[in-house]
Amino acid sequence: MIDTVRTRFYRFLRRILTRPRVDLPLAVALFLLCGAGLVTLYSAGDGNLSLVVGQAARFVFGGALILLMSRVPPSVFRNWTPWLYAGSTVLLVVVAVLGEGRGADRWLNLGIMRFQPSELMKLTMPMMVAWYLHPRQLPPRWKDIAVVGVIIAIPAGLIAKQPDLGTALLVSAAGAFALFLSGMAWWRIGLLLAAAGGMVPIAWHFMHQYQRDRILTMLNPESDPLGNGWHIIQSQIAVGSGGVFGKGFEQGTQSRLDFLPEHTTDFIFAVFSEEFGLIGVCAILMLYAFIIGRCLWIAMEARDTYSRLLAGAIGMSFFVYVFVNGGMVAGLLPVVGVPMPMVSYGGTSAVSLLVGFGVLMSIHANRKVHD
Amino acid sequence: MAKLIKRRAFKDTRGEGELFRRRALAGFALILLGLCALVGRYVFLQVLHHDEFALRSINNSVKPRALPPARGLIYDRNGVLLADNVPAFRLEIVPQQVQHMDALLSDLGKVIPLDQDDLDAFRKQLKQARRFDSVPLKMRLTEDDIARFAVNRWRFPGVDVVPYLTRQYPLGPLFAHVIGYVSRIDADDVDRLDPDVYKGTTHIGRIGLERSYEDMLHGKPGYELDEVSADGHIQHVLRTDPPVPGKNLYLSIDARIQKATQDAFEGRPGAAVAIDPRNGQVLAMVSVPTFDPNLFVNGIGLADYASLINSPDKPLLNRALKGTYPPGSTIKPFMGLAGLEYGVRTPQDSVLSTGVFYIPGQARGYRDDQRGGVGTVNLYRAIEDSVNTYFYKLALDLGIDRVSEFMGSYGFGHPSGVDLPGELSGVLPSREWKAKRMKSGAWYPGETVITGIGQGYWEVTAIQLAHALATFAGRGVPYAPRVVMSTADVGASPVPLANPPTGPSLIKNIKDWQAVNDGMQLVIYGTDPFSTGIGMKLGDGFPYRIAGKSGTAERFSRTSDAYNENKNTTYLAARHRAWFEAFTPAEDPRIEVSVVLEAGAWGAKDAGPIARKILDAWLATQGGAVPPDHPLPETGPEPASSAPPSTPEDTPQDDMPASDSSSPEDGTP
Repeated sequence: MIDTVRTRFYRFLRRILTRPRVDLPLAVALFLLCGAGLVTLYSAGDGNLSLVVGQAARFVFGGALILLMSRVPPSVFRNWTPWLYAGSTVLLVVVAVLGEGRGADRWLNLGIMRFQPSELMKLTMPMMVAWYLHPRQLPPRWKDIAVVGVIIAIPAGLIAKQPDLGTALLVSAAGAFALFLSGMAWWRIGLLLAAAGGMVPIAWHFMHQYQRDRILTMLNPESDPLGNGWHIIQSQIAVGSGGVFGKGFEQGTQSRLDFLPEHTTDFIFAVFSEEFGLIGVCAILMLYAFIIGRCLWIAMEARDTYSRLLAGAIGMSFFVYVFVNGGMVAGLLPVVGVPMPMVSYGGTSAVSLLVGFGVLMSIHANRKVHD
Repeated sequence: MAKLIKRRAFKDTRGEGELFRRRALAGFALILLGLCALVGRYVFLQVLHHDEFALRSINNSVKPRALPPARGLIYDRNGVLLADNVPAFRLEIVPQQVQHMDALLSDLGKVIPLDQDDLDAFRKQLKQARRFDSVPLKMRLTEDDIARFAVNRWRFPGVDVVPYLTRQYPLGPLFAHVIGYVSRIDADDVDRLDPDVYKGTTHIGRIGLERSYEDMLHGKPGYELDEVSADGHIQHVLRTDPPVPGKNLYLSIDARIQKATQDAFEGRPGAAVAIDPRNGQVLAMVSVPTFDPNLFVNGIGLADYASLINSPDKPLLNRALKGTYPPGSTIKPFMGLAGLEYGVRTPQDSVLSTGVFYIPGQARGYRDDQRGGVGTVNLYRAIEDSVNTYFYKLALDLGIDRVSEFMGSYGFGHPSGVDLPGELSGVLPSREWKAKRMKSGAWYPGETVITGIGQGYWEVTAIQLAHALATFAGRGVPYAPRVVMSTADVGASPVPLANPPTGPSLIKNIKDWQAVNDGMQLVIYGTDPFSTGIGMKLGDGFPYRIAGKSGTAERFSRTSDAYNENKNTTYLAARHRAWFEAFTPAEDPRIEVSVVLEAGAWGAKDAGPIARKILDAWLATQGGAVPPDHPLPETGPEPASSAPPSTPEDTPQDDMPASDSSSPEDGTP
């Protein structure tokens, strides 16, 4: 019995490694992105190798998860989806009750590792929406849209309460993209967006003061140059002083001399922009665009609605990371804790993103057979 | 669950696939639009506003740091170091990096003792400093302080031990009144100073040479462009523009003469100035008592300052420049010269000294020093014996206007022009002066009379008298007194400072000069029984002929007979200022000294020996001068008869029109 289990495990392992079921263009693009991220991290971390090695280890771990996930058929994900969603939501509730963290309660201490249930939700949210819409008649009507709204609102509300506006935004976006891709009528989208616009003053009322400050500071950073405006001003100086060609690798004075806060995590893209200039920015954005495009391509090739919506939502929420972080660094959007995928230092987000790509690989491996 | 699966049958799978394809393409188009907006923002920052942000980035990270210049050193005429720069350490705080200044200071005070003076000065400077400039807290840290701070450094972000050069005066008190001192730049200085020149400088010349030669001593600051991190720490030095150190100064003062001069006073308050009449160079200048200028450099403690301020002898007062005293008989040679130069007297014209002088038609008597007078005296004996009657009459014959004019030409009544700050003008009695300063503006002949013997309104500083006699000794050629002889850039040899005469010779006839000179030699060598210098041995054993004159000025008017009854030295010293002026060699003067002793009984007896000691010290520096054979000058004819009948001593004095009762009235030996 044990022998059989062991033999089957080894056979599975060998298959994963010798015949990886991955989409090569996506894998190569991700590989390049991770490489660029490590190079930038090396410079932003002032040549601190342990930082780079730690991040590389997470990438390797994430890569292994991709290989593992790619072996799991989408139907398995689909069948487990309600339980995964329910589990994640329960964990969010647990965190809300007894979580720990710096200022914001978003961590769950598992003894051996600390982990953010909200990261889990980034994947389970589009899964759940896709799962719900999968059997429905599409395009969805108001009733389905309302149910999806509730599916999104419960975890997003819990996360926003932590408070982690950035992740709440990413989680909601992932669910909303699934809804969008399901073919929700444009006029319904327009109506919802208009309603959301009307909700802004109410949302403002419920925001924390520091969240309001961030938005106000974004609108006029010079009003408080040494306080809330410092991040935005210094980040823009870093980006702007990079120019077209950049200051060169390891030549960014803003980060090296500590003018730029959080220059290995949320603001690492400012370091990248400072050192590699507009050319570097365009190159890496093209890489991101290629990855997103490839995700949507895989989604179009997918065999069923669940896979299509899930793959498409994962790809599109990847864009939200890039847009929110890139916009924040350039002073276009308020400061929210959204990392630049694969470039910002930090474990959970990198691993959860790679797990998402593992799901995509699985969907790709089980794509529609062209007739 | 089963219900959901049942509904699946109604689904149009192919249509859904097509719908998804359209949506995915629309989504991707939106994403590309979003990315383009992002790129647009980066173009805006990195291309359109690149210059502005590049500049801000440089301003962010590159900070200029002023490198204060090393202050010029000060040497005596032979290269003895008088003002030095020594390395020291001070504690500095960058306000920007401190959250709670009060808490930091109280914690810091437990590690390094900070007294209230340090804290007050720091708070004052803190108000003016920019947030990222470091502000000195405590100067001259001891090795103990530095060691204790090093251990606790981590507790005090923004606090640093910084090396600097501090001023040190190796000879301390000896030159305090000449060189002065530097001290911390304070709030008033900040308003006054050129910030470009004084950036990074913490000390400025406060008094003395340090102040008057500030521009030369200070030098030019340099700059260093540093790449600094956000917490203000220097990462790299990008460019250095080195400072130009201040010029070194060489004094004309000889430290050996200065020392001998100071010692000669034996601590008695007074002042002495020695000048080379040939060029106006000051050879010695002391004011006794003195103080240690080193105390002031890094902020003097309250206790030290209180003891200096409260001392009755006023050690901080520079008596040589700011001590004004009635000159008494020291102006008699100048009076005699005025008589000759105006053609009112010849050297042989004589006057009968009876002990009291009366202005024709007035009952008030003006005393001679000798009760019965000394008989008939010419110019020579009048100077030798300091005969008041001769000068009373001479002053009256000259008239106050000519007296004032002549004395003014020798520098009385205005600053000598020495290259030191704070000099007082004194008072040269004149109609104009009185009209301006006194309520009863009219000038009385009695005032002319006492002006002739250096009493009345007269006020003279030691440097003024030294300057006047130096001008006389140099055959009338006036030079402004100079303490600094030459200056030198670092590494270069000294370049003399030009000090041309301030005008042509004041002497019209060299015979007049010779006659007064001869009279002054009699003060030293005269054998007349009434000679002021008799028995003082002021010229004994000196290889050169000395010419001199004493002066004993009264500090108070005589309101009782006590003056005539108390002849003991202590009593007189409390009432008198003792002066002595001298120059040598008499025929070709190379040094002139004037000495004032604030509480001396008699000029020749008390101030004379000090003058002689200065001359001895000068002689020693001349390296064994050969005693030349100088004949005694011709003396005037001996007075034919001795003292005439004495006049009543109790002559009423209140007829003298003096409005200031505390000013000396008359009577000088």
